[in-house]
Amino acid sequence: MIELFAENFLNLDSLLQVYPLLLQGLQLTVLLAVVTLPLSILWGLALAIACSFHNRVLNIFLIGYIDFVRAFPVVVLLVLIFYGLPLLGFKLSGFTAAVLAIALNNSGYFGEIFRAGIESIPMGQIEAGRSLGLRGRHVIALIILPQALRKALAPFASNSLELVKTTSIAALVALPELLRSARVAQEQTYNPTPLMAAAAIYVVLLWPFARWVAVLERRAQMQR
Amino acid sequence: MDRIADNYFNLQVMAEAFPAVLRGFGITVLVTLLVIISGLSAGLGLALLRTLRIRAVDLLIVIYVDAFRTLPQLVVIIVIYFGLPYAGLALSPFVTMVLALGMILSAFAAEIFWSAMLTVPRGQSDAARALGLRPRHVLALVVLPQAIRLALPMLTNRAIAIGKGTALGTAVSLPETLGQAQSVMAIVANPSPLTLAALFYLALFIPLVALSRMVERRFGPGH
Repeated sequence: MIELFAENFLNLDSLLQVYPLLLQGLQLTVLLAVVTLPLSILWGLALAIACSFHNRVLNIFLIGYIDFVRAFPVVVLLVLIFYGLPLLGFKLSGFTAAVLAIALNNSGYFGEIFRAGIESIPMGQIEAGRSLGLRGRHVIALIILPQALRKALAPFASNSLELVKTTSIAALVALPELLRSARVAQEQTYNPTPLMAAAAIYVVLLWPFARWVAVLERRAQMQR
Repeated sequence: MDRIADNYFNLQVMAEAFPAVLRGFGITVLVTLLVIISGLSAGLGLALLRTLRIRAVDLLIVIYVDAFRTLPQLVVIIVIYFGLPYAGLALSPFVTMVLALGMILSAFAAEIFWSAMLTVPRGQSDAARALGLRPRHVLALVVLPQAIRLALPMLTNRAIAIGKGTALGTAVSLPETLGQAQSVMAIVANPSPLTLAALFYLALFIPLVALSRMVERRFGPGH
């Protein structure tokens, strides 16, 4: 029983055979994360800063945008971009489509996280900055943002972790990242070991980060 | 402009696709509800188990929670659907989705409930004990009501985020909203069914996102 289990799920032969494939997949996963994460953070930060000017008309649009992109499951965005846009004449590669879909979705999440962080800074801080003679943009850059980013740290870290995990949906548009490579390897070897290996790689690589997020979240909750 | 209308908002195609996408939407709602109910109750159950402070049980729960907090949703779905049959356990797409997303939500919920219970000041349970309440009454009547209040914003956000994962069912050919729209789209060679599916998702999740904003305001930091 245990031997059968080991042969199926922990098969070293098949693991050695597909090891290069998994490594390539991991590289692509890392590349996706490295491109998408900074893009989403900057996009979200820009949205939040635009919100902080409290222009009523602008804010209706910005918050509408934030809620709109957050309401879509990210897979739906990916399918719309990858299968829907080519009919308009835009042919996007799987990589570009995945980056766009994930960044679009996460700009809403990061936008909301930074916005809530900025909103939590008391008005008195802004007034004090203004009365010291700082300009509006300097108040934002020097007084509000440093405090807001600190307050937003826990949800920010948690969402960054989610984004890295989300890169696995690129498998759905045949991009050979880690999950997709593992599926291909599984079909080549008729053995689920590559899938288990891919899952193990995710857990091992992301676990320290997940622990850190848990600590940050607990600390944020204590402070309430 | 005409091309956009014709490709993405083709009413005739949408009308044709409507029954199939609506059926898919029924499955989406059902899976989402089952995931949220099973995930939240299993999460609460795990957090309550931890209050017994049995070391071996705690260790198992921590491993479970950490594993499912780090695994991407799609990875869990694919492993269950394409991996488990090798162990003689072939699950339907529907059961796969509820099980995968339910386990992930239970892991997050267990962590959120547990850390909220730790946040309730010790003095509260000491006071309740001093009033002569039994331990289980202290938990049910004093600690839990306060902990759940604290946990509510994070729980709603997480439940919604994981509920949206039902669209991943398309990867294991569950005939939910997105999958149905994709199959109609393949037949008519027009992406309007996708627009229709998108509208259905918006109809389901925009109210939920608005609800989470409200919960955040009512129970969030500073209240």
